[in-house]
Amino acid sequence: MSSSQHYDVAIIGAGPAGLAAAATAAERGARVVCIDANDQPGGQFWRHRPEDTHPEDDGSLHHDWKTYLRLRAGFDAAAAVGSLCFYPGRQVWMAQREDNGFTLRTTASAQAGRAAPGPQTVRATQLVVCAGGYDRQLPVPGWDLPGVMAAGGIQAFIKANGMLPGKRFVVAGTGPFLLPVAANIAEAGGAVAAVCESADLTGWFPHLATAARVPAKALEGTEYAKSFLKHRIPYRTRTVVTEVLGSDRVQAVRTAKVDSHGRTVQGSERLIEDVDAVGFGWGFTAQMELPVALGAETRVDDDGSLVGVVDSQQHSSVPGLYLAGEVSGVGGAALAVVEGVIAGRAAAASTAAQSSAAESSAADVRLARKAGTYRAFARAMHLAHPVPAGWQDWLRPETTVCRCEEVTAGDIAAAKEHLCATDARTMKSMTRTGMGWCQGKVCGFAVSCLAGTEGASAESLRSVAKRPVSVPVTLSELLTLEDEQVLETTTDH
Amino acid sequence: MSHKINATFNDRPLTAEDGTTVGAALMTNGVTSWRNTRKEGRPRGLFCGIGVCFDCLVDVDGEPNQRACMVRLTEGMRINGAEPDTAEEEA
Amino acid sequence: MNPASDVLVVGAGVVGSAIAYFATLEGLSVTVLERGLPASGTSSACEGNILVSDKEPGPELELTKYSLGVWKQDLAEHADLWEFEGKGGIIVASRESSLASLNRLTAAQRSYGVDARELSTHQLRDLEPNISPGALGAAYYPEDSQVQPMLAAAQLLRMARANGARFFPNTKVAGFLNDGGKVTGVRTSAGNFAAGAVANATGTWAADLAALAGANVPVKPRRGFVMVTEPLPPMIHHKVYAAEYVDNVGSSDAGLQSSPVVEGTPAGSILIGSSRERVGFDGTVSVPALRAMAENATELFPFLNKVKILRHYHGFRPYCPDHLPVIGHDERAPGLWHASGHEGAGIGLSVGTGKLMAQALAGKEPDLSLAPFAPHRFGGFQSGSTTIQEACA
Ligand SMILES: Cc1cc2nc3c(=O)[nH]c(=O)nc-3n(C[C@H](O)[C@H](O)[C@H](O)COP(=O)(O)OP(=O)(O)OC[C@H]3O[C@@H](n4cnc5c(N)ncnc54)[C@H](O)[C@@H]3O)c2cc1C
Ligand SMILES: Cc1cc2nc3c(=O)[nH]c(=O)nc-3n(C[C@H](O)[C@H](O)[C@H](O)COP(=O)(O)OP(=O)(O)OC[C@H]3O[C@@H](n4cnc5c(N)ncnc54)[C@H](O)[C@@H]3O)c2cc1C
Ligand code: FES
Repeated sequence: MSSSQHYDVAIIGAGPAGLAAAATAAERGARVVCIDANDQPGGQFWRHRPEDTHPEDDGSLHHDWKTYLRLRAGFDAAAAVGSLCFYPGRQVWMAQREDNGFTLRTTASAQAGRAAPGPQTVRATQLVVCAGGYDRQLPVPGWDLPGVMAAGGIQAFIKANGMLPGKRFVVAGTGPFLLPVAANIAEAGGAVAAVCESADLTGWFPHLATAARVPAKALEGTEYAKSFLKHRIPYRTRTVVTEVLGSDRVQAVRTAKVDSHGRTVQGSERLIEDVDAVGFGWGFTAQMELPVALGAETRVDDDGSLVGVVDSQQHSSVPGLYLAGEVSGVGGAALAVVEGVIAGRAAAASTAAQSSAAESSAADVRLARKAGTYRAFARAMHLAHPVPAGWQDWLRPETTVCRCEEVTAGDIAAAKEHLCATDARTMKSMTRTGMGWCQGKVCGFAVSCLAGTEGASAESLRSVAKRPVSVPVTLSELLTLEDEQVLETTTDH
Repeated sequence: MSHKINATFNDRPLTAEDGTTVGAALMTNGVTSWRNTRKEGRPRGLFCGIGVCFDCLVDVDGEPNQRACMVRLTEGMRINGAEPDTAEEEA
Repeated sequence: MNPASDVLVVGAGVVGSAIAYFATLEGLSVTVLERGLPASGTSSACEGNILVSDKEPGPELELTKYSLGVWKQDLAEHADLWEFEGKGGIIVASRESSLASLNRLTAAQRSYGVDARELSTHQLRDLEPNISPGALGAAYYPEDSQVQPMLAAAQLLRMARANGARFFPNTKVAGFLNDGGKVTGVRTSAGNFAAGAVANATGTWAADLAALAGANVPVKPRRGFVMVTEPLPPMIHHKVYAAEYVDNVGSSDAGLQSSPVVEGTPAGSILIGSSRERVGFDGTVSVPALRAMAENATELFPFLNKVKILRHYHGFRPYCPDHLPVIGHDERAPGLWHASGHEGAGIGLSVGTGKLMAQALAGKEPDLSLAPFAPHRFGGFQSGSTTIQEACA
């Protein structure tokens, strides 16, 4: 009847959460399929050099590499015995609910080079979305110059290619994640002119070891502190980059101090010259389009990001749909792994006939406690690293906000004032923000803030995450689409 | 260790270590932008680095609009994009 | 109680905004109530074509010609605000049978004063070099035009406000006020509003609002998907669609109908339609609809095969069983006026509708008779005033 393959559990993403979920579910007897856009497992955190050319990654650029090797061993073992089917280099561009599970439509991440083969349609009874996230961005004059990258993009570049996308860097934004980026740049031989952290961290950095109740994370923090000292990296708190300067690429940045209310302090500007690379990161945005398309309930987390609502089993509001890792709350790789294990166990259990109840309840308690500790830590981090309240002050009318459609801050202000565009959806209608190639992934948070009156509303963030086509797909691929078997309907309005 | 891959960018030779992405190969060959925006003609290269932003689009072996950060460089690959210096200077 | 006005417009889609603007030009005091933000309904889930080409001779074609005149003359100085483009439309026939019906259609339209020109395959290829080699013949309609519909709605509303109209977003009308069987205002989440006349411009939701006044306006949702491609250099220069489209538009079948409607936009992306099905307000993605649209579009323009879509969206056309809009005073519920049910042509028809409604609301004889669009054509006189009382109890 149908040529597509049916599995017990489908897992989208092979990052920390997805690897853990896949290995766990397969180990517990489920027939598992895992799909990841990248050519090999690891996700963002454990992104590494291609295994065919660099088979022996020593993990020197990574934290908790041992955990990765352990999860990877489980993942590979399951694949070897055929209980796990892994499709790398393919992206799920659409997910639908069916009467007996989920339908996923996949497309190759690239049409050139080593375009990855794989099934167009995959069906599974349970679905675990572990799609992770990406650096959250705030527009700043000059941020569209070549040489400006997402902080995580610099990190990914180093980890995947073993080289640097520049020589002298400024890393700016907020959050503990700026530290490993700067440290990796330095370890790879780059110069870091400054790390600009907008938050006022007197209180926990560099006393991370005591502030954090999570031992591994604390250890990581002290390592970065050592690395900063060794490489003489200036770490400036309450400092933001208010402008990137250059004609056809980055040459310098202007920084300013922010006061305790997150507003830039007049007269505190400084120029940092001879910079050829800038990395910005304001926390992370979870990749929410698939859960949103499936109708999962969402919430705005402490960091202002839209994430999925889950119960103690990582189960979403949609029957059979589990969310683990950043999509259920941005909280780092260690938390993602624990959530992946919990989701993998739960998804496998609900497809399996038997489950060893006694053994699992003890483990459940252990896992829940662990997740709770990590979440408390994540929450502390979120509260310590807010997006500075005054970030809009550094915009000029001509500053690009939507990079794809080249919509400026001035266009947005005009639509808000004259056309009542006071949410992200209406702003999109009136100015084209979020209508381009990335479909608002990059500008969505900023546009939600700019359109609203009191920051980004949940409604705006949700409308921005509505992307029925999560990655572009050719018309020829639509021609061969197999029908869905959808019984459920969702009603608009 | 790994060997060198020979490809071309706008018909000029481009060499990089095996295992790098097209984006990384361009960057290490001194090319920081390879696309001009539609409206303002502004230069663009890598931004998100992980396939999310689509700033890094480039033509690879005749396939238009490939994400340079997602495609791995292979032997003989023909990469075509905007010359960095054809972008309009900022007013 | 909020301040009273001559006209209360419910709904800030393109139709409500147009009524508001033209009513202010008639010197009427106007208040607009919208449950969301401007253009948050179907006016932001559509395409912005103003088509004479897809209309058979009859009252709708008359209204279209009138409305096109309003877009082009009355609103000429504002054309850039909504990216008005007189791009022209082309209907392509790929089968002998559809070519024959196309020729019949153009002949009938010409006799009605529509500029409809038969194109040889040669001429077709000059106008659209990327068209499929399978095209047998075509008709060209230089009058067919396009606007950006969300901007049209929001800018018309802004212009109305500049003329003194008041706008209340996020204000949902939940019932009517009445006095002796006459509608005298509405009840909302933001209090009551009194008015000399209430104009129901709630588009696809018009039946719900009319029901609150006991009036039967049988507008139903007719779902349509649109696919949006990656931005490309100009490849398609007109609004191009297949001859079968005209049949589908006129069909009353509830099942899925799909025929290719393809056009370029100023932003470079190509919009690909069309699908029509009556499935209520079901917002679930339909693979058969997407696949059928892809099949049709690639048949018309084979190069689209390799083109990527970045997104798709869907809207619910305000469909009336007789395919005519509902415009004018509702004799069953005095004081209540309607302007809805424009189905797949509400953008094109909006400003004509708005101007005619404003004339009638101001007590003038409208430029074009509204008789064919009369709300009471659906019957239901008897239930009138008593039901109003019940609705307000
Ligand atoms: C660029 C980047 C670099 C980072 N580097 C660090 C770091 O050095 N140190 C640190 O502490 N934290 C880092 N982080 C944060 C860290 O990645 C997360 O905390 C952690 O990886 C979350 O794990 P995850 O499994 O939820 O998601 P991820 O690791 O993000 O994994 C998600 C996976 O899902 C895949 N995916 C997403 N959508 C689809 C789809 N539709 N179809 C198919 N596959 C899909 C992605 O390709 C990815 O491999 C980084 C984040 C980013 C964005
Ligand atoms: C896929 C598709 C393609 C289309 N293409 C075209 C085209 O090319 N050309 C064309 O001319 N037409 C087209 N149409 C049709 C056109 O979109 C509609 O006819 C038109 O938008 C209707 O406008 P409106 O103002 O009547 O309704 P809407 O835009 O829906 O406005 C009604 C407003 O009323 C509000 N409302 C509803 N109930 C209440 C209440 N109780 N209180 C307060 N406010 C309320 C709603 O929120 C909404 O904003 C298309 C439609 C679809 C679905
Ligand atoms: S750099 Fe963002 S998609 Fe490639």
